[in-house]
Amino acid sequence: MAHDHKLEIFRGLVKFKSNTQKIWGVLIFLSIVTTVEVALGIIKPRFLTHSHFLGMKLLNWIFIILTLVKAYYIAWDFMHLRDEKTPLRRVIVWTPIFLVCYLIFILLFEADYIYNVYSDGFITWNF
Amino acid sequence: MDATVSTGTEDSVWGGGNKPLGASYGKMMMWFFIMSDALTFSGFLVAYGFSRFKFIELWPIADEVFTHVPFFHGNYPMYYVAFMTFVLIMSSVTMVLAVDAGHKMKQKSVILYMFLTIIGGAIFVGSQAWEWATFIKGDYGALETNSGRILQFVDAETGERAALADFAKTIPDERERHVESEGIWFYGERSMPSYSLNEVVEGFKATPNILIRTEQLNEEGEKTLLDRKESLSKILEANQVVEGANLIHNEYGHRLFADFFFFITGFHGFHVFSGVVINVIIFFNVILGTYERRGHYEMVEKVGLYWHFVDLVWVFVFTFFYLV
Repeated sequence: MAHDHKLEIFRGLVKFKSNTQKIWGVLIFLSIVTTVEVALGIIKPRFLTHSHFLGMKLLNWIFIILTLVKAYYIAWDFMHLRDEKTPLRRVIVWTPIFLVCYLIFILLFEADYIYNVYSDGFITWNF
Repeated sequence: MDATVSTGTEDSVWGGGNKPLGASYGKMMMWFFIMSDALTFSGFLVAYGFSRFKFIELWPIADEVFTHVPFFHGNYPMYYVAFMTFVLIMSSVTMVLAVDAGHKMKQKSVILYMFLTIIGGAIFVGSQAWEWATFIKGDYGALETNSGRILQFVDAETGERAALADFAKTIPDERERHVESEGIWFYGERSMPSYSLNEVVEGFKATPNILIRTEQLNEEGEKTLLDRKESLSKILEANQVVEGANLIHNEYGHRLFADFFFFITGFHGFHVFSGVVINVIIFFNVILGTYERRGHYEMVEKVGLYWHFVDLVWVFVFTFFYLV
């Protein structure tokens, strides 16, 4: 229940003595991740902006993965999902993930199709 | 004989009184709300992705749009948004510290941490208002073509962006302001841009070191710069001057970018604002000792869940609007 906290992060790699200490630890981690994101966004290393994976720049994949990492720690430690019962946690996490993945798949494919219609010249859009 | 008849329900799964999820009604309902709200935000962000993939080759580059920091002149992409992100994460931390203090029934600490959370939220909303104002006011000014594409200007010598004021001619204007007494069906007249189309075009023809930059992204992921000859023919397609951004025109590039910016950050800002209001209500309840008398601080935990959710959404908005 809410009163006893699981005090390990990174699968037990880092253990904290109290919940307060864990909160500060997570803050430090989130700040580091944000700093890395901003630094990459300003520098934009050439080898990351010129290599692609599944049609998207490697740099953008890194941003999205780091965002999901941040989201995980906010949900698990700030929103106490780590301390909730497993069924509750699964209901909360997997339902939106499933629906959002479906939505992303459908809409981005459709958008790419429309992009092709435009670029193949079926519609005049730049005059 | 009583082996088959039992009125005791405590060891029966179907007897009721079970709490398989181990969460109170209120907390569960907060999670319900957060999940539906998360799907709403996902819908918005995926719609943004849809429009962006549709116009993938002409989408504005966020680094070139959000370049200002209050009280500083110059070009500082990202820094201010990074600051806003940090403020929101920090206020999330004070919120979770308030929840923690609530579990230990420390009224004084809860009051302090709730107060800090409210201050953090207020700073964030204020920053967002400033960001909106800067975005609406605009930077350099641009021209819009017949098809709604944006033409921006670059100084050929320095490679820096050129503002309309740098080269536009001042031609005595014959344009009269439309007033209600002159109109049969008068709705109003929008404010005129600082320069007329004619002034910008004539100024452009007279200044040889100004080039046009189109929205099209090249191989390097940068906006295409036309040479002088191409620029002179491209400017004939322009039909109006655009300064700043609103829901219809956007000097930074594709108008859908501005629409989604206003819609998504606006919806998020509204969540932060309502979060601050709810936090204030709970804050006063804590001061009055409501939860001390109730024996638990679960309300602080529930409002905390909402507050962290707002932070969580910002993490995604930050990535998809400013980084990617």
